Amino acid sequence: MSEVGPVWVYAEQEEGSLAEVGLELLSKGRQLADELGARLGAMLLGADVGDLSSRLIAQRADEVLVADDPRLQFYATLPYARIVTEMVREYAPHVVLFASSHIGRDLAPRVASALKVGLTADCTDLRIGSYTDPDTGKTYEKLLLQIRPAFGGNIIATIVSPHHRPQMATVREGVMRLAEPDPHHQGTILPFPVHLEGEDEVVEVVERAREERTVNLKGANIIVSGGGGVGGKENFKLVHQLAEVLGAEVGASRVAVGSGSIGREHQVGQTGTTVRPKVYIACGISGAVQHRAGMQESGKIIAINTDPNAPILGIAHYGIIGDLNDVIPKLIKAYKERS
Amino acid sequence: MPLKMVVLAKQVPDTKHITGKVMKDDGTVNRAALPMVYNPEDLIALGLAVELRARYGGHVTVITMGTPLAAAILRESLYRGADDAILLTDRRLAASDTLATSYALSLAVRKIGDVDLVLCGRQAIDGDTAQVGPQTAEKLGIPQLTYVTEVHWVENGRLEARRDWGDGYEVVRSPLPALLTVYSEGGEPPPAQAKRVLRWRHARTPSEVAVATRVELVPQKAASEEIERTTSARQAALESRGLLLKEWSAGTIGAEAERVGKVGSPTMVKEIESIVLRNTAYKNIEPTEAGLSDLIAELRRDRLIP
Repeated sequence: MSEVGPVWVYAEQEEGSLAEVGLELLSKGRQLADELGARLGAMLLGADVGDLSSRLIAQRADEVLVADDPRLQFYATLPYARIVTEMVREYAPHVVLFASSHIGRDLAPRVASALKVGLTADCTDLRIGSYTDPDTGKTYEKLLLQIRPAFGGNIIATIVSPHHRPQMATVREGVMRLAEPDPHHQGTILPFPVHLEGEDEVVEVVERAREERTVNLKGANIIVSGGGGVGGKENFKLVHQLAEVLGAEVGASRVAVGSGSIGREHQVGQTGTTVRPKVYIACGISGAVQHRAGMQESGKIIAINTDPNAPILGIAHYGIIGDLNDVIPKLIKAYKERS
Repeated sequence: MPLKMVVLAKQVPDTKHITGKVMKDDGTVNRAALPMVYNPEDLIALGLAVELRARYGGHVTVITMGTPLAAAILRESLYRGADDAILLTDRRLAASDTLATSYALSLAVRKIGDVDLVLCGRQAIDGDTAQVGPQTAEKLGIPQLTYVTEVHWVENGRLEARRDWGDGYEVVRSPLPALLTVYSEGGEPPPAQAKRVLRWRHARTPSEVAVATRVELVPQKAASEEIERTTSARQAALESRGLLLKEWSAGTIGAEAERVGKVGSPTMVKEIESIVLRNTAYKNIEPTEAGLSDLIAELRRDRLIP
């Protein structure tokens, strides 16, 4: 038995398929657990989801708690919150991580409130470290340092929860690197009994629609992104053309989405998708901190902007100072000629 | 069925419109200099409550927890259609994290009593946590419907609402009472109405009256008894006109001291780092055919593009 309780990850699944973010969290969770000398566990809830356990174990989970019940087929706040709360009460994990997805941001606060523990939303990094309480001078070792942007991304805060267990956080999709699975990793499956009360089943879903994700920003190697400087839907065609030539996905800033130039599934940034492509081409994007937060880990950032003082150039590797209506066609021409 | 509704609103620094004026020389934001605004999604929640009152009748109370200055958004709520507004303010509530805040708000909702529907924005633009809504629902022991964009109907103690799911949506039915967190696509802020502005513009909280009276009388070297007397008289005058806004303390809602404020908050801020632009020098590419052609060649050489 290790001294500290396990590090747990809520393994999100819908309709029998695991969300990649859960695997990302297991990758990070493994590092944290090793540093703490703790085991790594995953919570898996759903109907007929047992088969998914092996994937979680290959992602280096030492134990998978499985609550498998037909009533858990679709995510619903009250029954899921009850089960997760009971799991935590019974096994006393040291750390519990959720995705800051629609599900995670609905579930985690309800669970944290029931357990009366702290919860830090939307972390972009997690580390193990110490904290000295300025009031008492007491130092706490090996705490979970929960790092997150706040104030619209203008500050980065490090949050700790020294007195309460588990330490809980939700984590942004796409910011933790997904480790290669290890098919030889050994883990235990722990079935968890499902007892629901009538009051857990009062909310009824009468219609459920999921659109296929037509935009795959997270998996893209190259993203061509347009901002307010593109100037409307008509001009956005240029951004689409460049993306098509390069085999890239199309991204956008909040301003471009807000103006109706492009759908919100394309939005990159703090309120959109966090991306880290090999190449990110920012066309007419000034680079508000909210946008930079979602793309600054990109391999190479190319900024096309008329304003030589645009903040985006502060993080760009290549800067092209010019009008994108002139630059993009030339870039397309140069690409084709060089092919 | 008339609905007894409570809207939870927050006054926040306007983090969405950072101008040069609030930037410090080191390129970080001077947070204290940001103007304070009505949290945008809470306004959408108020709009939904006002719309539901128009459809079903009922009563809309806005509660805000914050400093005495948050009374500004209570007046704004009244201009925009609220029937009643309560300021929850107390030094003991300061520095509350989401757990302590939701505890205090849930006590305030309980104190109002027999509430059918609690509404709030999905999240506030200063913290972006989206936690206070679900945590308040848990403390009240009622269902939470998050990311609501539309309420289809309310009848026989149930409601049907549409929830945004990012890559889809859900239509759900829940018994009342329930708590809805409202997503910004759920509507427009309700407009301020001239008639309401005229009616409520002189509404003040007791502590606003006290501060204004002190500011006026202290320079005149008034005795403290006189300041107190004048304050009480002005408060009573406002109250007789229905313009004294309710102001509740931690005591009014019966909050346990160890569950609010800094001591009631499990999370602590270890450090804060202001974002400064990385300012690496970028390689300048001339916007000419030759310059762009060289860029393409360089990217291809590094196997970054096909």
